[in-house]
Amino acid sequence: MPTKATPVADRDKGLERLFQMLLIRRFEEKSAEMYTKTNIRGFLHLYIGEEAVAVGVMQSLTASDYVLATYREHGHALARGMDPGAVMAEMYGKVEGCSRGRGGSMHLFDKKYILGGNAIVASHLPVAVGMALASKKQHNNNITCCFFGEGAAAEGEFHEAMNLASLWQVPLLLVCENNFYAMGTALRYSHAETHLEKKAAGYGMEMAVVDGMDVRAVEQAAKTAVEKIRTSGKPFFLLCNTYRFRAHSMFDAELYREKSEVEEWKKRDPIAQFSDYLIKEKTITEQDIKDLENKVAAMVQKAVDFAEAGTWEPVEQLTRYVYS
Amino acid sequence: MPDNQVIKITYREAIKQAIREALQKDDRVFLLGEDVGRYGGAFAVSKGLLQEFGPERIMDVPLSESGFVGAGIGAALAGMRPVVEVMTVNFSLLAMDQIVNNAATLLHMSGGQLNVPVVIRMGCGIGRQLAAQHSHSWEPLFAHIPGLIALSAGTHEDARGMLLSALKSPDPVVIFEYTFMLNMESEIAAAAGAVDITQAKVRRQGKDISIITYGAGVYKSLEAAAELATAGIDAEVVDLRVLRPLDEATVIASVHKTHRALIVEEAWRSVSISAEISARIMENAFYDLDAPVQRLCGVEVPVPYPKHLEDASIPQKDDIVRTVKRMLQHD
Repeated sequence: MPTKATPVADRDKGLERLFQMLLIRRFEEKSAEMYTKTNIRGFLHLYIGEEAVAVGVMQSLTASDYVLATYREHGHALARGMDPGAVMAEMYGKVEGCSRGRGGSMHLFDKKYILGGNAIVASHLPVAVGMALASKKQHNNNITCCFFGEGAAAEGEFHEAMNLASLWQVPLLLVCENNFYAMGTALRYSHAETHLEKKAAGYGMEMAVVDGMDVRAVEQAAKTAVEKIRTSGKPFFLLCNTYRFRAHSMFDAELYREKSEVEEWKKRDPIAQFSDYLIKEKTITEQDIKDLENKVAAMVQKAVDFAEAGTWEPVEQLTRYVYS
Repeated sequence: MPDNQVIKITYREAIKQAIREALQKDDRVFLLGEDVGRYGGAFAVSKGLLQEFGPERIMDVPLSESGFVGAGIGAALAGMRPVVEVMTVNFSLLAMDQIVNNAATLLHMSGGQLNVPVVIRMGCGIGRQLAAQHSHSWEPLFAHIPGLIALSAGTHEDARGMLLSALKSPDPVVIFEYTFMLNMESEIAAAAGAVDITQAKVRRQGKDISIITYGAGVYKSLEAAAELATAGIDAEVVDLRVLRPLDEATVIASVHKTHRALIVEEAWRSVSISAEISARIMENAFYDLDAPVQRLCGVEVPVPYPKHLEDASIPQKDDIVRTVKRMLQHD
């Protein structure tokens, strides 16, 4: 049951959403460039193509809500409001990074914004249930929002978490970012039931399915879901169908999908779609987009400069943060 | 009540009193685990607590070790002080991802931002003819992991006190409890409460040899030491208690005094706690030794069901006595 999109008429709101998606896109393009220059190492998973999901969902969350994401989380960190410099410095491994360089691309942490950056698929789902359980016990009206891919839905921890969330009735928004590939294994090769929303029904959990390439649709669906969670205290499963335009990671030769398939999905680019819509509705102008691009380019450059100027943790500090 | 008054208490009751005291003292504390509520605890440790504290604080959970251990970690991150009971250590493997990848790493990966003050209790030990899958000694596995504090409650005093101290730790703590000891009675101070959780403890002073042990080995070693005393051998018994981070200083000080060390544990010999202790002695007290370090460990076999084979698979009091006498060339 796809959720129907409702227009974001407001110019400021439109520009803000577009800005956030553009920032993620350009930030990640720059990250890929810095990866090829070997300034960023380890794994680097790009969110390009999926920006509408993080940006759409975050609009309904408050500052005190908890957000947990996967290892493909640059977009979530930025959409949540984290400083791009702290994110870039983290990927450089510098002390000025949001996790003091200890985590890298897959482990972006900032207590105020996002609790990872979790790189074992589905491992953060039980943790998210526990955070929501704490909110319920503390009667503080916070919700926990947990992002994960459709690959996670094949893990036992997903099913344990779904059962516990529903059994305990905790205020948890489970956002399944279905980009149709668990690394290189297509949805149809990894799930007996490819209509993933049906898994929510199995746990008596309310759910919705939304076009994850349409930021307005995602925002509306998330808003409805979050309102339901806040009033009922019950969990909600939001399935966002989306697509990753880039490879799984920088090591992926993309042997498992046709280029034509990628090109088809690119026609539904969430940024192009949304900017076209805003222009067509005369909400913004071409000049606005140029201005945004300039603003974003300057921010990304500033982030790179910040990371470049960052410092390395002294080796003598190697064993810090193992214990408090 | 005078300070030196002692009471007789079972190991089970000691753990229960600790849980009860923790729940009374801190609203953030809650117990969650399989059958901890309506059933009263698989080993009757939490019997009556549901009636006393209610279902919000004594939470029965489904058979989802990874799920509820992870939920404990999440609740700890969000300001609660959960006590997670993993019915037995044997099922902890199902929650290993949560313990290793989340509890033990979040502080470090977040650059010091996130504390995980969760306490995970596990029943363990061998000796009740439960066969291979229910007789694991996984202390070495947990002691291997930086970021965890691993405690072994080998005495009634520690069964009563370790939990209370663990709940004050900002870091994740795993406590091993020994189910075969549950009905065993012992004397503890009437005013017993929180205990130190940073150091090993010399349970019996001696000068001829250091018997270094933990968990199920503590009382066995003390019994062996008492028997050895009748033969004129004065054995020191060191209870490691804290398996991570190891209190090397207490071990080395003991070896420095006695010049001999026998390490006793029920876990399999290879890559065990005893292997680690032996290496530390070699590194730090080699020239203090009058004899090679010896070990009595679990025999490397999946623990068998029949009583005589089960008994033979782990060190017994007589093995300790015999080995000590051999080491001292007493016979």
